[in-house]
Amino acid sequence: MADLTDGRGAVKRRIGTRLWLAGGWLTLLLLAAVFAPLVAPQDPLAQDLFLTRLPPFWEKGAEAGYWLGTDSLGRDVLSRIIYGARLALVVALVAGSITCIIGSALGLMAGFLRGWVDLVISRLIDIWMAFPPVLFSILLIAVIGPGLHSIILAIVIIDWTRFARVIRAEAMAQGAMDYVASAQVAGRGRIGTMLREILPNVLPTIVVLLTLEMGIAVIVEAILSFVNLSISTDDPTWGGMIAEGRASVYQAWWVLVFPLITLFLTVLAFSQLGEGLKDRFDPVLR
Amino acid sequence: MFWQKLIARIGTTAVTLIGVAVIVFVVIRVVPGNPVAMMLPPGATEADVARLTALYGLDKSIPAQFLIWVQGVLHGDFGTSITTRQPVLDLVLGRLPATLELSIMALVMAVAIGGTAALTGTRLRGTRAEGAIDVANGMALSVPDFLWGLALILLFGVLMPVFHISGRVTPSLELPFTTGFYLFESLFRLRFDLWADIVSHMLMPALALAIPLAAIIGQLLKQSLKETMHLDYVTLSRTKGYGENHVITREALPNAILPTLTLVGVQFTFLIGGTVIVERLFSYEGLGNMAIDAVINRDLPLIQGIVILFAVIFTAVNLVVDLLYTVLNPRLRHG
Repeated sequence: MADLTDGRGAVKRRIGTRLWLAGGWLTLLLLAAVFAPLVAPQDPLAQDLFLTRLPPFWEKGAEAGYWLGTDSLGRDVLSRIIYGARLALVVALVAGSITCIIGSALGLMAGFLRGWVDLVISRLIDIWMAFPPVLFSILLIAVIGPGLHSIILAIVIIDWTRFARVIRAEAMAQGAMDYVASAQVAGRGRIGTMLREILPNVLPTIVVLLTLEMGIAVIVEAILSFVNLSISTDDPTWGGMIAEGRASVYQAWWVLVFPLITLFLTVLAFSQLGEGLKDRFDPVLR
Repeated sequence: MFWQKLIARIGTTAVTLIGVAVIVFVVIRVVPGNPVAMMLPPGATEADVARLTALYGLDKSIPAQFLIWVQGVLHGDFGTSITTRQPVLDLVLGRLPATLELSIMALVMAVAIGGTAALTGTRLRGTRAEGAIDVANGMALSVPDFLWGLALILLFGVLMPVFHISGRVTPSLELPFTTGFYLFESLFRLRFDLWADIVSHMLMPALALAIPLAAIIGQLLKQSLKETMHLDYVTLSRTKGYGENHVITREALPNAILPTLTLVGVQFTFLIGGTVIVERLFSYEGLGNMAIDAVINRDLPLIQGIVILFAVIFTAVNLVVDLLYTVLNPRLRHG
């Protein structure tokens, strides 16, 4: 038995570190975004044609104050990453939450109420699954025009199925359990049962999906600004920086590398947070 | 039973495709800006614009336009591209082989990498190596193809320039091909020089697409192998004196593979969807790259054709996987 508890302790420790690292990075990012004017060493929009393509601080030819170098217009890479975090996090939080609420509500209704509600929602999910999501989002932005609201709207329109599919299946499984029948015998209505009995039981899954969705939202925003369809081209976005870095990768690798690392860490942090929470919610491990 | 299921499945597939067509049709007709006006030279008169609008049928109501379009599609006519003025069907079919080759290469790589990871992990279970495989799997799983593509561009295009990171084939090469399937045709014609060039162009985008799927395959297959390894018949084959490698690959694997197969079907459609941005990233001349250009140029008939084609591919893959599953799983066949 000692063996088993030790194993469990190790798993718990690993989950703990993972949650801390992920949470730490996201907190850092959030603070940087909120206090961007205070932490950013330079104006993210300031161009200086005498300081174009400066390398990062450890390379020869670097200038003090431009820690991660400058791009082809002489704009400071670090400051642009910090300001870009604002858009990325706003999109993650707002688009993630709205998608979560709409998708979960539809999934819950389809899975528990069944009947024609389920039929309609399931058909819609089938149709949505037949669209290539990236192309769909680019198309939507082209139609409704670029801007923050459009990005959020596009993410909600495309990604609600991620929640609806999973929550529908979960709600269906929960609906077949005895406690649901006894709640109904005790006189709870259908909607009451759905909100009071089913919802609390699928909530852990919803939270996990939400953190994953936030990571996805960051990527979608980056992809849209990569194809130059996100917000106005002046404002710094990670995807926009990556697009520029991709174009000048042979002349100035740092313009691509640093936003890319930031994006990597952020996406990884969101998914690790989700995975960590999933294990935390797992009664076997607790 | 099987035929009933097949007919029902084809029915829902048709509903899905009609749904996709209607949504795309409505969405792209709300596009602001007159695409016709953009095609004409600056000196064009109002009458020119009106004439061309009528030519593309854009002056009719949306339902009327839809009916005309459906009629055309049933006759194999998907309209004419506004930017290139060529038939949409020709353009789309011209690019389809490039995307199919890329997707299939990525699928093969994903199965190879993911399968190897799962089998190695099972063979080495309980060791540090298994932990390392799990961690690598987790990382690969949570980072999408777009970011892997960029990372590969940096690693193998800039840092160690060993592979091509742009295009489908070196432009200066003479191509003797009659089909669009360069990868297969170069092999068929025994032109290994061309084949090597094409593979060197495809390897990076295919790997970017393959990594997330490989992680999913690795994780799921390892999980079901783990469950199968505890079954009695596996223990029996071990007591018969078979070695561990034989037990894993010959006894456990055939039974553990079925759940992975269904999942690979759905995930393969996600992979094909990912080609849109990955092709853009690597300037690979496939459908996805053309789709993004079409959106930027507001080429309505072309966008429509590409999205429908993607939807057809997705639903076809799902249909095939469903049927394959029924055929391979004896319990469902007679159910």
